[in-house]
Amino acid sequence: MIPLSHYLALGAILFSISVVGIFLNRKNVVILLMSIELMLLAVNINFIAFSHYLQDVTGQIFVFFVLTVAAAESAIGLAIIIVLFRRRHTINVSDLDSLKG
Amino acid sequence: MQEEMKMIYLAVPLVCLIPAIVAGLFGRKIGRIGAHTVTILGVGLAFFLSCYVYMDVMDGNTFNGTVYVWGISGGFPFEVGFLIDSLTASMMVIVTFVSWMVHIYTIGYMHDDPGYQRFFSYISLFTFSMLMLVMSNNFLQLFFGWEAVGLVSYLLIGFWYTRDTAIYANLKAFLVNRVGDFGFLIGIAAIYATFGSVDYSAVFASAPSLVDETIEIIPGTSWNMMTFICIMLFIGAMGKSAQVPLHVWLPDSMEGPTPISALIHAATMVTAGIFMVARTSPLFELSETALSVVLVIGALTAFFMALLGLVQNDIKRVVAYSTLSQLGYMTVALGASGYAVAIFHLGTHAFFKALLFLGAGSVIIAMHHEQDMRKMGGLRKLMPWTYATAVIGSLALAGIPPFAGFFSKDLIIESVHASTIPGSGFAYVAVLAGVAITAFYSFRLLFMTFHGKPRMDEHTLHHVKESPWVVVVPLVLLAIPSVLAGFMFMEPMAFSNYFEGVIYVSEEHDVLGAIGSIYEGKTGFSLVMAFMLHGMVALPFWLAVGGILLAWLFYIKKPELPGKVVDSVKPLYNVLVNKYGFDDFNQTVFANGTVKIGKFMSEYGDRRLIDGFFVNGTARVVEAFSRFLKPLQSGLVYQYAFAMILGLLGLMTWFLRVAQG
Amino acid sequence: MNHILNMQVATPEIFIFSMACLILMIDLYTHDRLPLLSYWLTQATLVAGIYLGLGGMGTEPVTTFNGMFIHDGMSVVVKLAIMLFTLIGLVYSRQYILDRGMYRGEYYVLVLIAVLGMMVMTSASHFLSLYLGLELLSLSLYTLVAINRDSDTAVEAAMKYFVLGAVASGMLLYGMSLMYGVTGSLDIKTISAAIQGMQSDDVMLMLGLIFIVVGLGFKLGVVPFHMWIPDIYQGAPTSVVLFIATAPKLAAFAMVIRLLVDGFQSIAVNWSDMLVILAVLSMALGNIVAIAQANFKRMLAYSAISHMGYFLLGIISANPNGYSASLFYMIIYAFTGLAAFGLILLMSRSGFEAENISDYRGLNREHPWYAFMIALVMFSMAGLPPTVGFYAKLSVIQALVDVNMISLAVIAVLLAVIGAFYYLRIVKTMYFDAPEAERTITTGLDARVLVSLNAVMLLAVMPWIGTIMDLCMSAIQSMG
Repeated sequence: MIPLSHYLALGAILFSISVVGIFLNRKNVVILLMSIELMLLAVNINFIAFSHYLQDVTGQIFVFFVLTVAAAESAIGLAIIIVLFRRRHTINVSDLDSLKG
Repeated sequence: MQEEMKMIYLAVPLVCLIPAIVAGLFGRKIGRIGAHTVTILGVGLAFFLSCYVYMDVMDGNTFNGTVYVWGISGGFPFEVGFLIDSLTASMMVIVTFVSWMVHIYTIGYMHDDPGYQRFFSYISLFTFSMLMLVMSNNFLQLFFGWEAVGLVSYLLIGFWYTRDTAIYANLKAFLVNRVGDFGFLIGIAAIYATFGSVDYSAVFASAPSLVDETIEIIPGTSWNMMTFICIMLFIGAMGKSAQVPLHVWLPDSMEGPTPISALIHAATMVTAGIFMVARTSPLFELSETALSVVLVIGALTAFFMALLGLVQNDIKRVVAYSTLSQLGYMTVALGASGYAVAIFHLGTHAFFKALLFLGAGSVIIAMHHEQDMRKMGGLRKLMPWTYATAVIGSLALAGIPPFAGFFSKDLIIESVHASTIPGSGFAYVAVLAGVAITAFYSFRLLFMTFHGKPRMDEHTLHHVKESPWVVVVPLVLLAIPSVLAGFMFMEPMAFSNYFEGVIYVSEEHDVLGAIGSIYEGKTGFSLVMAFMLHGMVALPFWLAVGGILLAWLFYIKKPELPGKVVDSVKPLYNVLVNKYGFDDFNQTVFANGTVKIGKFMSEYGDRRLIDGFFVNGTARVVEAFSRFLKPLQSGLVYQYAFAMILGLLGLMTWFLRVAQG
Repeated sequence: MNHILNMQVATPEIFIFSMACLILMIDLYTHDRLPLLSYWLTQATLVAGIYLGLGGMGTEPVTTFNGMFIHDGMSVVVKLAIMLFTLIGLVYSRQYILDRGMYRGEYYVLVLIAVLGMMVMTSASHFLSLYLGLELLSLSLYTLVAINRDSDTAVEAAMKYFVLGAVASGMLLYGMSLMYGVTGSLDIKTISAAIQGMQSDDVMLMLGLIFIVVGLGFKLGVVPFHMWIPDIYQGAPTSVVLFIATAPKLAAFAMVIRLLVDGFQSIAVNWSDMLVILAVLSMALGNIVAIAQANFKRMLAYSAISHMGYFLLGIISANPNGYSASLFYMIIYAFTGLAAFGLILLMSRSGFEAENISDYRGLNREHPWYAFMIALVMFSMAGLPPTVGFYAKLSVIQALVDVNMISLAVIAVLLAVIGAFYYLRIVKTMYFDAPEAERTITTGLDARVLVSLNAVMLLAVMPWIGTIMDLCMSAIQSMG
């Protein structure tokens, strides 16, 4: 039996990786999308771990919704990336700095 | 029924405010006729509603309540509330009636003025403000009305804003009133501090229990709180009701058009101070010192201002000084605890003084805006209506029975006579002497203007004619109460329970009760007759008659006499012409002194220290900060995310550390 | 009364959702023939929504949909304000949208879906419904920001908004998951009961709270989670900014109340301390950086950041008085923002965005009325009496003073003074600088009249200010 704390640690590590991924990545916007996806998965691990531990099914239901929303979010994110590429011919994160100050 | 009356109370000021707004904002659209129609209809309606309210009050229906709560700040309510009782109702009728007459009169007087609509808007606004003042049930709204009538007064003194003298007079009125208002505001603040409320009923109810409260203004000296409050309130009244030494603005206010001299600077606004003191009688009765101050200041004003009326040649200024003197009489009555008499005189004075002013205005129209009496004379035949009403007004002012002024003024003199508070002896002498002087200058005005040979040039004389009906009708309508108001209202106002529960007089100050006991058992007509007969054999009446005769001697019989008299008492004459030097003193000490201090502060305090160092210095520092912080928003999304993470980590370290103790 | 399924209280939401779907279909077939049909249908939907919402006024709090949805006084007031402000905003932006070729049925459908999301958030009594409402709003807003596909800046703004928004909702979710672990429930009421006896040294509880506060902070746009605001305000089409700057602020208020007050009132000491830091940073940074801005929209963005700091002051005082002061502040702020962006839209025309401060030079000479209204809006934002903005600031600061947080109140007032500087600079630009170019106003009469009314109301509602405050108070008091 793997204790709850291990799951939580895994969730925390995944969450941290995703966060680091967001601010270390200066190249590709798609990697940002991947990081965001990872972040939501970290949350899902937390929810499922708790749900199992508490013997309460609502946490797992929440995960379904999070997954659904994540899919919609990715769709919109990709759509924005496409529009961005059309206008700028680049999806480099460092180039997105015309609005500042 | 209660609800309906409440609507009527609310309607009275509103039917004045709405036309004021209409005439003020849309004056150009609705034109001259539109402007005077809406305002006259509005004020007329207010008058009839006031009469209805008056009847209702006479039936015993009074009201005290809040109609609208604007907001509550720190437990302090800002409310609009009405207190409707016999005092309020009387004031409402007087204010709306005189105002209505003045509105009608203005059609004739301001006929050719380009600011016609503006003028109507102002006087309607004034009526609204005055009604708010008298109908108030708390000190805060009283103060609102107080300032609002002041505002309209300044607007109207400076109505002809291209004239330098008008601007000067305007500034003077404003500054002098600031002094009074400052005291008034401190008084209200002191009331709030002492009683924890600004509601009349709450304040008056708890006043007797707080009579021994003291206040330390200068450390080490303690003052009675009631005395302090009353004197501060009275300083406010001195500003508004032009008592010595804050009287200097009123004669100059004659720079405004004559209708407002009649309405604002004679009949209504300047009596606000009298009204306020009468309203707060439960406080004044608790402080003998304050009453004594009131009495002495009133007596000084009554006597010395009357003297100044003797040497004026401007027709309006004579009436203005007479107003000052009469306000002094009312104040004397207040000081002698004859509040009811003060209000009685306020009412009769409102009618006959408005009449005199409007009569003077009628003469001024006929003379093509010439105001110097030395260039008038002999207008009696040419302007019969104006003359007849002016005679009535002058008789009323001089206090000849059975005209209105006789009753009220005689009662004031009797009250002072009966009073025992410190200063009443001096006051009695002053008011008696005032009677003779009053009679003299009012008939001097009458004789110089209407009798004798015409002294104007041919051209003007040729064009003199009676004023149009819009001018004459208000004169006649005002002449009626100038004759009748005295014996109609003497008994109810002075000798009955008319003001019961409204005006409070303590046992030992009850001068009216003392006078009333002379006429024990007499009521109605027999009381009036007894009072008149008693008056005819008393000193004041003969002083008045003497004054009139002297005026006749000086200005009809032997016109060379005044010059000789003046030559023989030249120094005294100069003192009077210079108005005792008040104006010069104020100009040199206060005005010039303040300007000098101001210049110094402006250069070193403001321009160098505040502007140079604090304001611009701070601005420069903040702007530098701003430019320093701006690049933090780098435009790079990963840095934005990083900032969020930093924020998250910051909160975590801070609070987890705190949570762990 | 707890019904398992009481659809009635959710009528406005259901109606708006159905209409959004319907309009999407209708627009598909009528777009070429009846171009303005979807606009009018949307407005009609909002009017009907307001009507349906008004029906819920003054009823007892009801929980339905298995405890997912709560209907109470606060939700009714906030929803009505959201719908009303959206409606007014759409009137202002019609011409702008038409001029820039952004007129598509989707625009209005997305707005309606966003409104639906906000309403769900407002009525959420469960983490799930709160999260779904929030995402419904956010996803619609990401798309709306990018609706003008030909604009470089809009697309960049959308990208930034999307990334940061996703990170923020990830954090919020992480916080929710921790809360779930601590309390064993996702229902806000149950959570509230569960944490009643807990101590503030419970690390998981505190971590969960911090993550949730971060999520809220992002939605409100308070420092240091504010970075998206200036870029989105500047980059996105003004009509979309108008929308983002008004109604969602009210939804964010509702979210704060649902989470912090309904959920975590018993650990108010902890979150109120966190909010103090965020509020001070926001007021300071917002007001100071706004001074150096040359772009009007960007300046308003920083102003929004500082306003959110002031808004938090009421929440910080952690009592019903403070919450109602905050609600009042938010309503007034959103209403003022509506007028501000409405006027920017009015001054813009096809091919010209009136978004630089220099575009307003000498406006008074050509359009004194509009200059006067902009001045009014600026006065209200700066909080100068006698505009409503003054009363908004006064009420939140009063709430602070009532709980003896004097030093924070003093800081707030001092920063407001600094803030007044840049608002007044706009007034100075309009009244004292020389005009540069001719300006013509092409917006329709309805928008002009409405925006005039909107701006004048900032002054004219003074006599009823007590009534509005009472409304806010009763909304807070009648929370279930």
